[in-house]
Amino acid sequence: MPVILVVEDEQDIRRFLRTSLEAEGLHVFEAGTVATAVVEAGTRKPDLVILDLGLPDLDGIAFIERVRTWSELPILVLSARVEEAQKIAALDAGADDYLTKPFGVGELVARVRALLRRRMKGADVDAPTVTWGDVKIDLVRRTVERAEVPVHMTPIEFRLLSLLVCNPGAVMTQRHLLREVWGPSHSDQSHYLRIYMGRLRRKLEVDPARPQHFTTETGIGYRFVLDR
Amino acid sequence: MAAPDRDRPDPDTLLAQLQHQHALSQRGKLRVYFGASAGVGKTFAMLAAARKRQEEGRDVLIGVVETHGRSETAALLDGLALLPQKQIEYKANRLLEFDLDAALAIHPELILVDELAHTNAPGSRHPKRYQDVEELLAAGIDVYTTVNVQHLESLNDVVGGITGIRVNETLPDRVFDRADEVMLVDLPPDELLNRLREGKVYLPEQARHAAKNFFRKGNLIALRELALRQTADRVDDQMREYRVDEAIGQIWKTRDGVLACVGPNAGDEHVVRSASRLAKQLDAPWHAVYVETPTLQRLPETHRANILRTLKLAQELGAQTATLPGQTVEDAVVDYCGRHNLSKIVVGRDRASYLQRLRRSFADRLVLASPELEIVQVPSSTSGIAQQSNRIHTGPPARRAKSPRWAGYAWAAVYCAVAMAIAWPLPTWFEPVNIAMLFMLAVVLAAVRHGRGPAVLAAVLNVAAFDFFFVAPRLSFAVGDVQYLLTFVVMLVVGLIIGHLTGHLRYQARVATHREARVRSLYEVARELSVALLPEQVVSISEGFIQSTFRAKSALLVLSDTDSLTLPAATTTGLNLSLLDLSIAQWVNDRAEPAGLATDTLPGAALLYLPLRAPMRTRGVLAVQPSNARWLLVPEQRRQLETFAALAALALERLHYVDVAQRALVRIESERLRNALLSAVSHDLRTPLTALVGLAETLTLMQPALPRAQGELAEAIRSQATRMTTVVTNLLDMARLEGGGVKLNRQWHPLEEVIGSAVAANASLLRHHVIEVGDFNALPLLEFDAVLLERVFSNLLENAGKYTPAGTGIRIDAFLRERDVEIVVADTGAGFPAGGEETIFEKFTRGEKESATPGVGLGLAVAKAIVNAHGGKMWAESAPGGGARFWFTLPRGHPPATELPADEVDPGDVNSSALPSRHG
Repeated sequence: MPVILVVEDEQDIRRFLRTSLEAEGLHVFEAGTVATAVVEAGTRKPDLVILDLGLPDLDGIAFIERVRTWSELPILVLSARVEEAQKIAALDAGADDYLTKPFGVGELVARVRALLRRRMKGADVDAPTVTWGDVKIDLVRRTVERAEVPVHMTPIEFRLLSLLVCNPGAVMTQRHLLREVWGPSHSDQSHYLRIYMGRLRRKLEVDPARPQHFTTETGIGYRFVLDR
Repeated sequence: MAAPDRDRPDPDTLLAQLQHQHALSQRGKLRVYFGASAGVGKTFAMLAAARKRQEEGRDVLIGVVETHGRSETAALLDGLALLPQKQIEYKANRLLEFDLDAALAIHPELILVDELAHTNAPGSRHPKRYQDVEELLAAGIDVYTTVNVQHLESLNDVVGGITGIRVNETLPDRVFDRADEVMLVDLPPDELLNRLREGKVYLPEQARHAAKNFFRKGNLIALRELALRQTADRVDDQMREYRVDEAIGQIWKTRDGVLACVGPNAGDEHVVRSASRLAKQLDAPWHAVYVETPTLQRLPETHRANILRTLKLAQELGAQTATLPGQTVEDAVVDYCGRHNLSKIVVGRDRASYLQRLRRSFADRLVLASPELEIVQVPSSTSGIAQQSNRIHTGPPARRAKSPRWAGYAWAAVYCAVAMAIAWPLPTWFEPVNIAMLFMLAVVLAAVRHGRGPAVLAAVLNVAAFDFFFVAPRLSFAVGDVQYLLTFVVMLVVGLIIGHLTGHLRYQARVATHREARVRSLYEVARELSVALLPEQVVSISEGFIQSTFRAKSALLVLSDTDSLTLPAATTTGLNLSLLDLSIAQWVNDRAEPAGLATDTLPGAALLYLPLRAPMRTRGVLAVQPSNARWLLVPEQRRQLETFAALAALALERLHYVDVAQRALVRIESERLRNALLSAVSHDLRTPLTALVGLAETLTLMQPALPRAQGELAEAIRSQATRMTTVVTNLLDMARLEGGGVKLNRQWHPLEEVIGSAVAANASLLRHHVIEVGDFNALPLLEFDAVLLERVFSNLLENAGKYTPAGTGIRIDAFLRERDVEIVVADTGAGFPAGGEETIFEKFTRGEKESATPGVGLGLAVAKAIVNAHGGKMWAESAPGGGARFWFTLPRGHPPATELPADEVDPGDVNSSALPSRHG
């Protein structure tokens, strides 16, 4: 039974999180401060942490940084809508996904499931091919086909595409994508990233204006969704 | 090392020229019609040219034109717009003058103003018409005008010498020199005389007699030559300037300047004019100085006034003037030349008396003092006052009070008596020669303590007493031995020398004290100003300083935050506020130029108005009412006053910026406070709402499922809590946007991306609507805050979703316009009720019909505020076929270049050709 650690100082929120997660068959531990959370994370060996960023003793980001020194376990961050910068900081520090308060239980459970699934079959990400709908990507041979017709990709397009499809479900911040694809010197030219995301969508999405797989996390970055 | 390229003009010179030309291009152009005398047809030529300009479609106005009743000229006035002249009441006369304010108000492209040298009626803004013209030019209006050669200031005395008639209306040469174009209007003397005879040149009756002497052929030829030569000089200068411009040849100018030495003689005006001409020929800066020596300090009032007048003339002719204190004139002059890099000195030739011829002339003394100086001697012209110059030394001292001087003579007598009393019993033991020493002592004492006059008296009295009482035969003035004559002479000479030396020392001490007092008072006021914390303190320091230093009444007008000057309620110096003219003060402030008493602008005013010039801008005006208007003419006093004005301006500017900094601090602090408050409120509201939504949803999902009624209740709680969240979000956003606390995170985005995420975010709300999104491939990147713009689309979509029935179509489109992009969110629902387009963006209108779905109106207001913050606008309209359309615009701005390397241009992808760097 997967173990979830909920780090949240508000008791009512902890309560409904526990109820809905336990209803999904997950084992839940709780912590109200960063200090206790670090101890719990070390002793309970959780498979996933749900972390509120506003905690009474320390910033939630401090917790992420500490945990990341010894573990790759997925972290789902809870945060208010207006705090984009905080979310980006948390993601850059190593958080895997975020949920904006207030959120629905359905959404929460879906995210938790996706993160756990990724953790369970972590090795599969390195599979040489990724397919969805009529699109087939061969990461080894560096080819892309759509409806069995080869699609031409420029070098940058392909680098961006492979980075995204290797991290399905994860939110990738703009800075991270820019640094990985264009190199560290281009981190201030985010409009290039947006142009290339547009090009990928036009080549691989059914309706580029309403993307199903290459979704935008406005103000934060992008996410590749493999299965809808 | 290679020698510097001598053919290349100095870049600094070229830069200065460029800036000069730039400044000129803003100004209007001045064209002068220049002639040798009246009647050559200047006005006619000017009018003809003006008509031509008007035919070319330019906006021409006649400011003032003197036709002198000439019919040919008057005929040219037809069809040209004429500015009515202003009437000025002066001593029961009604004078007509050019109306400067009206001309500035009409602001034509070109204005005609005849007779540039004209002197305005008292009470006009400027004493001279050329100053009116300067203002017109500064306002960017072109001016055509006329000038006769005899009106040029530097030629004034030359023309006077030729014709025997001196004109009072003169024009400073710099005005003429700065004219953009000079048109010479030439007429041979014979023809002019013919025209005069034929009566084509009309002269009023009273002028006829004077004119008879003036319009003689000899005069006319000489004047014509002057006019032609003046024009030729000008053309020559232009040629030289052109050479510099075009780098044809470099002219390395030595910037050694010219110095005019001004003395107390009226003839020194001639020296000043000569120096001015010389400086102009050399294109060099020039100075005029007056050296105040102990001797000259005792000059009578008339001479002192004369000197100030000469210095003022020099200033008008473009010189920098100064009064120098000094022991001897030549030392002070040589010192001044050294400091200001002046190599040529113009001096008046001494018209020495017989006695003075024995001494070296001033020029010779200068040569001895500094052999490397070039000295130009000019004859001093004759004048009544010059005749008095010999009386300088005997003239009554100007300043010293009478009584102490008589006391000095009395004291001399007392010394003499004391010496007598002491010496009386001595002859029994001492030789008369030794007794004489006692009397010598008395003379020295008198000289040291009371100066030259008492010393002479003491010498005479002592010699007489010595002779009478001690020289055999005693008790008679008969001198048995001639040797006592020597005693007498020595005593007199010693008395004179010591008296002279003492006088000098006293004078130097006084000059030093004066200078020190001046410096100290400025230093002290600077110190006081530096600690002033309020403008009121600056005002009171300033008034106190001017009161104590200049014995003048004053008022400091400080510029308010709204850039206007206001009259102070009262001044501590007792200045009569009714004398203060706010309009003059405002003019001074706007122009940053002094005006009023002792200036060129409105000299008739009761006060002197000085601008408080600070580095950034003018900070106000200092109005001064001196007890004696004359001291404003003394360059030192004036300079000290100006220095003080600059100090006060700096203090005011410092206070202004302290104020600005404080306000900024308060704003930053309140902004910080508001943001802290908002985020605290946001956290405190959101946390319970999150719990509420989550708990209610958990209830609905409970296993085993709740009975139906309770399940519906739980669902209702959930949906109300969600709606509450929306309202809170909108409220907080509105508070942020209204408070100006929102910092837009503007970046370049494709529009479709943010539309896509907005549509996705509202997917569940709009699952029964049909959403269409236009093709945005042709749109350029737009600069906006993606999070906020997504809110705009979300709120508009939410609005459409809530107010239209299921199945309604919603379409989002964007249109590229010249300066911005117009975006429309249109639905095919019922549209607005009549007039609803206007009020829909209003926030809460309490008491009016309340919406059944609260918070939505606020959402639209938030959307509108976000669009406004991006520099766009938002409006709503009803579609013709029914349905609502929400329009908003975003400025296009200047998208960044999106150059791609060759291997990134994708030939197979049709859309890559529509990269956002292409506009429309």
